[in-house]
Amino acid sequence: MFAWVVWRDLILAWRRRTDVLATFFFFIIVVSLFPLGVGPEPQLLRTIAPGVVWVAALLASMLALGRTFGNDYQDGTLEQLLLTPQPLFLIVLAKVLAQWIVSELPLVLVAPVLGMQFGLSQNTLWIMTLSLLLGTPVLSLIGSIGAALTLGLRAANVLVALLVLPLYIPVLIFGAGAIESTVNGLEPQAYLLLLGATLVLALAFAPWATSAALRISVE
Amino acid sequence: MSKSKIHWYKYAAPVNFYPLAGKIIPFFTGLTIILFAIGLYMSFFVAPVDFQQGHSYRIIFIHVPAAWMGMFLYVLLAIYAGIGWAFNARLASMMAKAIAPTGAIFTFISLVTGSLWGKPAWGVYWVWDARMTSTLILMFLYIGFISLQSSIDDTRRADRAGAVLALVGVINVPIIYFSVQWWNTLHQGATLTARSFKMAPSMLSAMFVLMGACWMYAIAIVLARVRLIIKERERDAPWLVEEVAA
Repeated sequence: MFAWVVWRDLILAWRRRTDVLATFFFFIIVVSLFPLGVGPEPQLLRTIAPGVVWVAALLASMLALGRTFGNDYQDGTLEQLLLTPQPLFLIVLAKVLAQWIVSELPLVLVAPVLGMQFGLSQNTLWIMTLSLLLGTPVLSLIGSIGAALTLGLRAANVLVALLVLPLYIPVLIFGAGAIESTVNGLEPQAYLLLLGATLVLALAFAPWATSAALRISVE
Repeated sequence: MSKSKIHWYKYAAPVNFYPLAGKIIPFFTGLTIILFAIGLYMSFFVAPVDFQQGHSYRIIFIHVPAAWMGMFLYVLLAIYAGIGWAFNARLASMMAKAIAPTGAIFTFISLVTGSLWGKPAWGVYWVWDARMTSTLILMFLYIGFISLQSSIDDTRRADRAGAVLALVGVINVPIIYFSVQWWNTLHQGATLTARSFKMAPSMLSAMFVLMGACWMYAIAIVLARVRLIIKERERDAPWLVEEVAA
């Protein structure tokens, strides 16, 4: 069941490639805009790079949230999924995993290239990729709660931002902190461990909250 | 005394709670006015001038109670919302809804007064101090709760969705708080956290009286708002029609 839901969502996403690509290019464009805004001075760019990459990742992942349940809600698939005897926890986890593979993993993979634009060293690029790899699943997990709560509402997209962005803050702090400490020549281990801890916590609690929210939204 | 004379569950029903709230609101309003009068008098005329900060320190008399209320009301809101969701208690959900604006206002007041105090004390209106940042985020959480509830038309769904959000928020509050604190200390070290001045007893008592005043105000205004929410939601109930007509 788990694998089936993941596979199904991946196929559906593949058939709507443009949606996925839009998020991807949004991330690239936002990150590339910053040097144009603040000037091309390498030292400055290196300082702001961690924050810029992470904030862009936050915004891009937020854009993709509506798709997690939106289409399934509209065509009634979601109701069928809620009625299945399998635990909803697993189904939610599978959908979040698929959403992460589709819209977050590309960001993680392209981030080092963008990091080079900001003149980060190779070591820093590794840490950046690692922090994104640990942090973006948390964004998907927390975001799924917001997406489930706002299913089918007016102005759901704006509302999701309002609900979810404050909850993203710890991830932003730990993620950007990890990169920044390597930029300054410090050990990023503490930040990465904290990111891992948030990931574990989110894995345990978020699908549960999302399931509750789905049951509330689809009554 | 195995049985209390008052049957408390009775007041979980809006039909019984509505008149009760109407009766006790004037009592709390009166207490609010009295305590504010005493507290403001004490804070302006009894509490001594701080030898370091002069008169500007008097802002804390409203700042500290407001900040406490802002945090405490969020927890209270989550508890009410959780009870309303778990036990399907309408009144608890209404209470949660009624608390939200008051909590947001107190949080806002604490932010504004904090920055007004920051200008003379620190020289700037805003620093990214851990406490200020987390209060700002608390404000965002309130705004999220209010806007989620108001954008769902179905009250049942609005209450439950709000409850999920409030509970998720409550779990997150400590995480956010510590992450902000670590972020701050790891970044720049302690710069402007010198808030540990000793307090004269008269200052402390003035602050506690104002704390009580804020409490009474919160109770009175929340009860008044709950009455309005009951009126709005139960407008078709026969008892309410009678009650309003009487």
